[in-house]
Amino acid sequence: MSFVSRGFTGRRRAASPGRLPPGQYDVGDGFPVLSAGPTPRTSLDRWDFRVRGQVDEERRWSWAEFQRLPRESIVVDVHCVTSWSKFDTRWEGVSVDSLLADVVTAAEFVAAFSDGGYTTNLPLTDVTGGQAWVVDTYDGQPLTPEHGGPARLLVPHLYFWKSAKWVRGLELTLEDEPGFWESFGYHNYGDPWREQRYAGD
Amino acid sequence: MTDPDDAAQRRLDANAAAGPLAELFTVDLTVAMATCAGCGNTAPLAAHPLYAHAPALVVRCPNCAAVVLRFASGGCRLRLDMTGTRLLTVSLAGAA
Ligand SMILES: [Zn+2]
Repeated sequence: MSFVSRGFTGRRRAASPGRLPPGQYDVGDGFPVLSAGPTPRTSLDRWDFRVRGQVDEERRWSWAEFQRLPRESIVVDVHCVTSWSKFDTRWEGVSVDSLLADVVTAAEFVAAFSDGGYTTNLPLTDVTGGQAWVVDTYDGQPLTPEHGGPARLLVPHLYFWKSAKWVRGLELTLEDEPGFWESFGYHNYGDPWREQRYAGD
Repeated sequence: MTDPDDAAQRRLDANAAAGPLAELFTVDLTVAMATCAGCGNTAPLAAHPLYAHAPALVVRCPNCAAVVLRFASGGCRLRLDMTGTRLLTVSLAGAA
C-alpha cells in the first residue's frame, strides 16, 4: 500500500454555471459509487427504521410499515464533496417530516445511523421543513445496495455524504456529535454553495 | 533537592518529534503490522481491505471490518486518523 493522494479535487469544465456550486463539475449521466467499506446487504425482513434518542417514545417501522407511510417523489440536484454534481436525480420515499410528525423532543441535532456503522450529524432544522427524505427508489427502480439501498437518507441541500446510505434510523440529540466524515476533518455542516468541504472552510 | 527547571528542560518542543516522525512517514508501510483497536487482530497492513473510492482512503480490519486507519489529502492538508489502530509496528530495514 502506498499512501499516494488520489487528489479528489479534479476540476472539469462547468457545463451549467449557476446550477453548479463552486468547485463542482456536472457528472452527466454517470452516478459515481463511493464506498468507505463493504456494502451492507440487509434483507428486508430484518430491516427496520428507528427514531430514538431524545424522544418521548422510540419509533420503529418495519419495511412493510415503512412502505405504508405517505410517499413523495423528489427531483433534486445532488453535490458530492469529491466534486461531482448530478442534476435532476429522481427519488421516491418518505419525508423526515412524516417520520418525526408526532415526536416530542427537545433535541436540536440528529445523527443518522446506518448499517455498516456509518453516521452523519445534522441540525434537526436541516432535516425538517421538506428538506430531507428517507428514499428507497431511484429513477423508478428499487434503490440498489451500491447506492445505499434498501433505503438512504436524502438531504440534497448539503454535500452528499450527509445523505447517509443504508440508513436505519435517526438519533435525536441535545449535543452535536460529529459523524464518520465530520470527525475526520470534513466540515460539520457541509453547504456546497459555501464550499464547506473541510473544517474551517 | 530538585531543580524546578528540570521538568521544563526535559520537556522538548514538539518540533523535536518531526525528525522521528519523518522517519515513520517515509517507511514502506506495506510491511507494517497493524493491530485493530476494536478486536485486537494483528495483520500486515498490506493484507487489510482498502477502500479508496471515498473522500479518504479507508483501511479496515480484515477480521472485524472496523476502520483501523483513514488518510486523506485535500483542502491543502494531510489528515491521518488512527483511532482504530491500537499499534502499528514497522520493521526497520537493516536493523538486526
Ligand atoms: Zn478488528
